[in-house]
Amino acid sequence: MAKTKDVKSSVYVSMRGITKAFPNVLANDRIDLDIHASEIHALLGENGAGKSTLMKILYGFYRADAGEILLRDKSISINSPQDAREHHIGMVFQNFTQIPAFNVLENIALFLPDLQPVYKQSDVEERINEVSIRYGLHVDPYAIVSQLSIGEQQKIEILKLLLSDAKILILDEPTRVLAPHEVDALYEVLDILREDGYAIILITHKLNEVLACSDRITVLRGGEVAGTLLRSETSEEKLVEMMFSKKLVDVQKTEQGVQKISDTPILQLAGIETQGEGNSTSLKNLNLEIHSGEILGVAGVSGNGQKELGDVILGMEKSLAGEKLFFGKDMTNRPIGDIRRNGVGFIPENPLLMASIPYMTVLENMALTNTWRYSQQGGLQVDWEAVRADYQATQEDLGFPFSLYTLPRSLSGGNLQRMVIVREMTHDPQLLIASYLTRGLDVQSTLAARQALLKACENGAGVLLISEDLEELFALSDRLIILFNGEIAGEFIPSETTIYEVGHLMTGSEVKYVAER
Amino acid sequence: MSQNDKNMLKWNQIFQKILDSAARYLMMGFVVLFLFGIILLITGKDPIQSYKDILTSTLGSQYGFSEVIVTMTPMLITALAVALPTRIGLINIGGEGQLYMGALLATWGALTFETLPVWALVPLMGLLGIIGGALWAFIPGILKSLGLVNETIATLLLNLVAPSIVAYFVFGFWHSPMDTNKTPNFVDAAQLPTFFNSRIDLSFFIALVLLAIFWYLMKYTRWGLEMRAIGGNPQAAKRNGLPINKYWVIVLCIGGAIAGLAGAAQVSGFYGVLLVNFSRSLGYMGFLISWLSFGDPIGIFITSFVVSVIITGGNMLQLTIGIPYAVINILLALTLFVVLAKPTFLKRITI
Ligand SMILES: Nc1ncnc2c1ncn2[C@@H]1O[C@H](COP(=O)(O)OP(=O)(O)OP(=O)(O)O)[C@@H](O)[C@H]1O
Ligand SMILES: [Mg+2]
Repeated sequence: MAKTKDVKSSVYVSMRGITKAFPNVLANDRIDLDIHASEIHALLGENGAGKSTLMKILYGFYRADAGEILLRDKSISINSPQDAREHHIGMVFQNFTQIPAFNVLENIALFLPDLQPVYKQSDVEERINEVSIRYGLHVDPYAIVSQLSIGEQQKIEILKLLLSDAKILILDEPTRVLAPHEVDALYEVLDILREDGYAIILITHKLNEVLACSDRITVLRGGEVAGTLLRSETSEEKLVEMMFSKKLVDVQKTEQGVQKISDTPILQLAGIETQGEGNSTSLKNLNLEIHSGEILGVAGVSGNGQKELGDVILGMEKSLAGEKLFFGKDMTNRPIGDIRRNGVGFIPENPLLMASIPYMTVLENMALTNTWRYSQQGGLQVDWEAVRADYQATQEDLGFPFSLYTLPRSLSGGNLQRMVIVREMTHDPQLLIASYLTRGLDVQSTLAARQALLKACENGAGVLLISEDLEELFALSDRLIILFNGEIAGEFIPSETTIYEVGHLMTGSEVKYVAER
Repeated sequence: MSQNDKNMLKWNQIFQKILDSAARYLMMGFVVLFLFGIILLITGKDPIQSYKDILTSTLGSQYGFSEVIVTMTPMLITALAVALPTRIGLINIGGEGQLYMGALLATWGALTFETLPVWALVPLMGLLGIIGGALWAFIPGILKSLGLVNETIATLLLNLVAPSIVAYFVFGFWHSPMDTNKTPNFVDAAQLPTFFNSRIDLSFFIALVLLAIFWYLMKYTRWGLEMRAIGGNPQAAKRNGLPINKYWVIVLCIGGAIAGLAGAAQVSGFYGVLLVNFSRSLGYMGFLISWLSFGDPIGIFITSFVVSVIITGGNMLQLTIGIPYAVINILLALTLFVVLAKPTFLKRITI
């Protein structure tokens, strides 16, 4: 795809001796980083290594305790995102947000620094079209943002930066929430941008992407630079070793295909129907079973009913018809608390929004799914010692070190995901609904999380694994269903099908959908 | 960092926090005093002398001080009636209406069971007050949990209804032979015991106990933990299995019950009789105080105290130097203004 440049192109921006401490952690420790024009510079490192912090400093979101930033060898001070934008630095955050009720054009117009008080829509439209045609970022300027897929919303974020004249683009885990075909499209865009002289800083945990597209790679470890390498002189193994200072062993499902099918499944959905409001999808006549010791994979392009499927099992979404049985017992439309007490764990697609209370400590968040278990004297007291002991044990099992006494919103993106995984794995769940289990996790944590899933199965749990990562689904699932538009479009045993066939059902139907319009 | 350093850091942070909030309260007081001083000057009064008078007439004498306590008692309770629902993200503006309904039921008890001894009648009136307030809050609670009406609007609207119901009963059935706008004085057995040779009655101590319970509930219990979770992120709390609809109804009812208790205490203690329109916005005052103090029990105590000093002092001023009552209302309105401007405005001027 990309050709590596050994040219010593001029240094565009450099960070020197950047240090940033948060209470109890040194997030960045004397970091030096050079970014050249016309390069894609990948920033790697395990969860909590300090990548996002470093980039937020460059974007003026945090102020460094020490160190300086040079732009073309001249020292500059960046105290706010406005300053950063004046120096042509732009950033797309890990969790970006747009105004959902506005259309694309309005969202972009709001961001333009030179927008007139009374602006002409047609002018803005022209500017959008100009840039979007050049870089293959096709969006309809009049589409309402809430109707767009996350991949399209990300295009808008990039368009915003380009239209506001950013020359240094910082992308924090841009592919974390993208479907596979959207990932390819993004990298094509980045390729063209690089040709045009943009400097791109890319944070990601997906090593194959890094090796396919970046020019240079900087690895952070524990807040320090572990090294900067040319892509041509490195390999996946070498990078992993730099990040974790050890080799990793891949997980494999051991008893592939061997199922202990019991008489009564853990979960049985029979003819479930839901009515999606707003942008959510309606589920239509959904039938599925999950047995003890089994992983049922759910493939599909996000937005085809995955969220609703998880929610209807949990009880967050009402089913209008059909039955939901746990161990043969009817639990249709019972309160979530009852479902939870039956041993259902839930790892949602968005841990910050859907699973955590931002202003309560991590430890308090941990206790929430099980308050009844930890309450003493009828609820007059909470046994915090027991909470801590339980979750610390799981943390150690999984190798997920993070402080129990900070607030979730100050955890790094990956640590937040780790928090939810630890919580939901702790009390030997009978049924685990895991959406995008490894989203935002580093390579090592990804393996640990998958390992934990397999272990839960060995202990007799059933798992519903929702993902867009087909390799993950093929490696872990015993059976695989494909969701399309709220319906099950196909069911397979992974060893009897191919990624191609499944991918075709996920996206092939999409092609049909486009053709119909 | 050594353990010692960490402890130092922690203590520094706590100290900083105390300093910050002290600065905030001082600043608020200063802003109000300054603005009101200008108004006093305009009306031709000496502000310094007036402030001195306020202080000596309230904190300077045993009687004045006891009057401050009497004034702040219902505020403590009605503020709690707002602070509790706030913790699960409910905005209860209905303290006023719940207070009236509590007073109504308590009065019914006082008039109906006149012959009971004090140890039975007073608790009975308290219980009736609690029931009245809770029932009045149940309406918005159930509407909210059914997803029909937002609780802010519903509680506000019910405030308009409750005083009319009280008026209907007083004018229609209960009024005394001499006065159409109040009931006959309650029998002695229907009156709260008082202390220290003053008008301070049992409800003050009840208020303190309630505040302490509230503090313990939020900080240490399972229910407090769950409530903070619901207030912090209802969606996540629900997914974690907390019954948030149940909480909405129950907590709003408890809030109403507390306000209703304040109503019962007012008729049974402060007045010893039910007057039409007796409350003079006590419920709204509680709302104000709860927001001013971020729903924190100690903050509620301090704020109620300060507001009561203003009100009692203002009343004295009205008597002694003849400041019209409207001007004292301006003082309260100024306080309100500063409260509402609180987060951004005050930060900007204190930092
Ligand atoms: N606002 C904050 N307050 C306190 N600590 C913070 C804050 N932001 C980040 N941290 C801490 O700083 C460290 C580095 O966080 P950062 O977000 O930079 O990690 P990251 O490399 O981006 O990790 P991930 O891959 O998980 O996103 C973490 O230990 C994190 O808990
Ligand atoms: Mg990050």
